[in-house]
Amino acid sequence: MRKISYSEAIREATEQMMEKDSNVFVIGQGVWSPWFVGKTCDKLLQKFGEKRVIDTPVSEAAMTGAAIGAALAGLRPVLIHPRMDFMYLTFDQIINQAANWHYMFGGKINVPLVIRGIINRGGEQGAQHSQALQAIFAHIPGLKVVMPATPYDAKGLLVSAVQDENPVIYIDDRWLYEQEGDVPEEIYSVPIGKGVIRKEGKDVTVVAVSYLVPEALKAAEDLEKKGINIEVIDLRTVKPLDKEIIFNSVKKTGRLVVCDTGWQAGGISAEISALVSENIFESLKSPIERVALPDAPAPASSVLEKEYYPNKDTIIKAIKNQIFTK
Amino acid sequence: MLNIEKEILIKMYETMVRIRRFEERAGELVAKGEIKTPCHLYIGEEAVAAGVCQALERDDYIFGNHRSHGHYIAKGGDIKSLMAELFCKATGCSKGKGGSMHIIAPEIGLLGTPPIVAASIPIAVGTALASSIKNENKVSVSFFGDGATNEGVFYESLNFAALKKLPIIFVCENNLYSTHMPLAKILADTSIAKKASAFGLPGIQIDGNNAIEVYQAAKEAINLARNGGGPTLIECKTYRWRGHVGFSDDLDKGLRSKEELDYWMAKCPIKRLEEELIKDNLLSQEEKEEISQKIEKEVERAVQFAKESPYPEEAELSENIFKDV
Ligand SMILES: Cc1ncc(C[n+]2csc(CCOP(=O)(O)OP(=O)(O)O)c2C)c(N)n1
Ligand SMILES: [Mg+2]
Repeated sequence: MRKISYSEAIREATEQMMEKDSNVFVIGQGVWSPWFVGKTCDKLLQKFGEKRVIDTPVSEAAMTGAAIGAALAGLRPVLIHPRMDFMYLTFDQIINQAANWHYMFGGKINVPLVIRGIINRGGEQGAQHSQALQAIFAHIPGLKVVMPATPYDAKGLLVSAVQDENPVIYIDDRWLYEQEGDVPEEIYSVPIGKGVIRKEGKDVTVVAVSYLVPEALKAAEDLEKKGINIEVIDLRTVKPLDKEIIFNSVKKTGRLVVCDTGWQAGGISAEISALVSENIFESLKSPIERVALPDAPAPASSVLEKEYYPNKDTIIKAIKNQIFTK
Repeated sequence: MLNIEKEILIKMYETMVRIRRFEERAGELVAKGEIKTPCHLYIGEEAVAAGVCQALERDDYIFGNHRSHGHYIAKGGDIKSLMAELFCKATGCSKGKGGSMHIIAPEIGLLGTPPIVAASIPIAVGTALASSIKNENKVSVSFFGDGATNEGVFYESLNFAALKKLPIIFVCENNLYSTHMPLAKILADTSIAKKASAFGLPGIQIDGNNAIEVYQAAKEAINLARNGGGPTLIECKTYRWRGHVGFSDDLDKGLRSKEELDYWMAKCPIKRLEEELIKDNLLSQEEKEEISQKIEKEVERAVQFAKESPYPEEAELSENIFKDV
């Protein structure tokens, strides 16, 4: 099959959905820029014009509101925030408004809106240009939250998000943009709410999202040489969670490491740990291990960044803790 | 004298009487404890909603806020469903999940009334953006209070709407207070209309208790918007007779004077239009009586409907979180 990059997969999905459905349009800061959103919006302006590809003033809250309004009026906006850090300015609109609208007005009307939040971290960018906010959005009823880890899912989940009748937070990580992978040329969808087993194994279950999926796979490969057999689950969606795929795997392996790209405290890894303890506690052979960000803002210095962000080695350490010390 | 068709004037008058009676009745039921959802009554401000909505088409969009019973009624929403929503019944316009502060009537273009101050201003800009993208002729109206002009999204929204020349009218209901705070204590410059000029937009201040003036100003702004001329900010000076929330006039709380309230009650928007209509022989005493009785019955039927309606089933709790496909 044809191989393209993760960022090209996002771009292609956007372009194809805009071609297919004239109600789809793109609005966000930097969608006319050669660098703001990577190459994920390249050529869209030339192809669809300023009416359907709208670069915006630096007005995150109002632009989010405008996208919600457009969705209420029957369009299917893809709203882009070039960094998740800027999304704090939009919380009233995303949380109070978009997430609640269908419910608080008795199901009379819905908000078919995709909000792409880009994670852009590393490179000594520091606390306000580094954040991953999936846990905050996953906390909110009425939002779906997806985090593709592969080019295939980047395209398929974006298609599903655009087709969904509800607000979907689509989180893509720039650390993945250059990854290449098999991507069909035609439009296809990847279901929201379904994880996937990336590698089967019997000793330890590693549940990961986003860039920690390739890291977990590298860890599994290394450990395979040492005779340790890891099962790697790519969550793909963090809300609603695919509990079944996690439970079934943990029932088999009895051990669980959860890897999230956000903070550990009150995060996705906490939620998954709680669900496993509540539901299949008896399957566990050792305490659950978590790989996530420490309770600290993102530092700038690359020396500190190395400490801060988990990777293959952090995951290997957590797996070894599971097997050898407990 | 009045150069507006009789039919329009009478409709506006009826709408105001309907809002007034509905709100008085709702206030009584709040006082009795039969309605528990917090109600922000619109009594005294009727001319704004009635005048603006009279100038709109059925499929034009409007958005409101915490004080939106009047917007709902003026745009043509069913008052039975509204009253039922105040009782938080299953037959309410939001199925009892919204209460007074979250009301909706998409069938007549009211797409929601979120009570977070200023929240629906950018959302109304969004429906206007949709009209512009789809090349539709629909106009959007955002109703908000003077207090909402303290929020950042108000300015972001004016800028974007002006920039893209979107078909939207910003209608500020300046009732001189934001909860307990008088205008002069929250705005460095109390002229709200003037703020439009910072964005190169027309901004006008009008007598929000004069339905005819509201209608004419709205009509002009709507024509402009529909013909690609972009947004207008209309500041309607008006006054709420009751307290910020609930049924009482709140005079005992020392937030405003009896003289002030009396002054504004003397400027009652309904009485004002009524006098003009009678003077011009457009409304007779009998017709006035007929309207009053008709509306009295409508409102009573709505109360009865609301009282007799069932509460939501327990299963409703987890319905409508997502729209299923
Ligand atoms: C973001 C936000 N802050 C505070 C409140 C509490 N609150 C409710 S109404 C209101 C004042 C609104 O004043 P105004 O916009 O003038 O409307 P009015 O009540 O006078 O019609 C406030 C502060 C709120 N609902 N939302
Ligand atoms: Mg006010």
